[in-house]
Amino acid sequence: MNRRKTELLLTAAGPILLLVLWETLSRTKVISPIFWPAPSRIWPTAVDMFQHRDLWGDIQASLYRIFAGFVLGTIPGVMLGLAMGLWWPVRVFFMPLATAIYAIPKIAILPLVIIAFGIGEFSKIMIVAISIFFMIALSTMSGVLAIDDQFHDVAENLGADRWDMILTVALPGSLPSIFTGMRLALGFALIVIVGTEFLNADKGIGWVIWNNYQILRIKEMYVGLIVTGLMGWAMSLALDVVERYAIPWRSS
Amino acid sequence: MTLSVPESMVYEHGHSGRGVHVVVRNTSRIFEGKRGSVVACEDVSLEARPGEFLVIVGPSGCGKSTLLCMIAGLDKPTSGLITTTRSDGQPPTNSMVFHGRTLFPWLTLRANIAYGPLRHGASKIEARARADELLELVGLRDFGRSWPHQVSEGMRQRVSLARALATNPSLLLMDEPFGALDEQTRYILQEELLRIWQDTCKTVIFVTHSIEEALMLGDRVLVMTARPGRIAKEVIVPFGRPRDLGAVRSNPEFGPLFEDIWGTLREEVERGGAFS
Repeated sequence: MNRRKTELLLTAAGPILLLVLWETLSRTKVISPIFWPAPSRIWPTAVDMFQHRDLWGDIQASLYRIFAGFVLGTIPGVMLGLAMGLWWPVRVFFMPLATAIYAIPKIAILPLVIIAFGIGEFSKIMIVAISIFFMIALSTMSGVLAIDDQFHDVAENLGADRWDMILTVALPGSLPSIFTGMRLALGFALIVIVGTEFLNADKGIGWVIWNNYQILRIKEMYVGLIVTGLMGWAMSLALDVVERYAIPWRSS
Repeated sequence: MTLSVPESMVYEHGHSGRGVHVVVRNTSRIFEGKRGSVVACEDVSLEARPGEFLVIVGPSGCGKSTLLCMIAGLDKPTSGLITTTRSDGQPPTNSMVFHGRTLFPWLTLRANIAYGPLRHGASKIEARARADELLELVGLRDFGRSWPHQVSEGMRQRVSLARALATNPSLLLMDEPFGALDEQTRYILQEELLRIWQDTCKTVIFVTHSIEEALMLGDRVLVMTARPGRIAKEVIVPFGRPRDLGAVRSNPEFGPLFEDIWGTLREEVERGGAFS
């Protein structure tokens, strides 16, 4: 067997083993089938939820909040990060703020976000945006700082003005680091949106989990959990594709 | 007063009168650091005549690069005067070929070369045409779409040279451009550089640590001292133009000149503490 086949087998083995174990333990009632329903019994529930209970709508709602929050957080985050990387006074001014706010668990600011932006859709987008903003800014800054000084000299010697320096040196040079930040931010965004929907929503994948848990519809809760995992996986794949287009000099 | 920021670009190919006259007078550059100050250049005076190929050779860390950066206008002298003037009165333009890997990794080879023309106001179509012309000149016509990391060090160095030539500068500053190359590639690029220089009448100031390279390329060689960098010796290179690099090495005058420069350099290398 060659390496590639072994890799595929090992990759698939983990999830399959887990499912088989879960199924057996649940069916033999070693673990309670009420709280740990067998995967084969969750599956029809999932199909039913997609067909009759608008699970797509919940997925869409969460994805939209994450996506909009991502855009609203990343663009200013990159702008601040570039400024922090390029000009030391900006860096020194924002650094304590950024590191302190970065360390707060983001769900802890939900009350503040609700006070500022209400309980509607906008506050859910804003909490994602705020959560990832400093993370993106810090990774952009470290990307800019890692650019070899000589590139600035080269660009200046070839006639670049300050604006060229930002757009043709600092930005492309820090893109790999920006994407590393976005990858981390994706995880954060998912945590924050699920948490927010637990507490303050009538739609979304977090709401599906929490609502079904509260009325003890355990199978439905599991569907929500599994879908959350799949969403994270799909978003990370989507980011890979975007990255390949944005950083073509790295992929080949 | 320091003149040397490129101000305009001229697209026609070179003819006499375009070379730049460079005068460096009593120039010093002192870097203030946390652990005291470092004198990179001390009281350096030199001159490069229009169209001349001037080589500066010196031990590592002698401030050669600092001197070039000041002539390029990227750094300012602590004291002294640097002027660059063109005999036809046009504003002088300069380009620098930097030491090491300085192609933008995020641009294709073609886009790297087009970078300068674009900054000088050329349209995208003009810049692209100019880049293709230069790719052809350095023998890389089919590599415009490659990324820097996909090609060899020798090819990257050719592109660096092409990028510096793309704005058609009247003064070309070169900081150990061939230092990282294997010997064969270096000979080929040296010959190409001489050919391009002869065709375009640019003034070239070329920094190297190789005495052989200095004698093969230069009209005149200045030997710099170890830190603080000063000019210790001037050698007029007697070999004619156009120069056959193979013949230069077997010329009977080559050996004594090499010995002469090495004699001066050896003291400086030892005094500079490179081996202590």
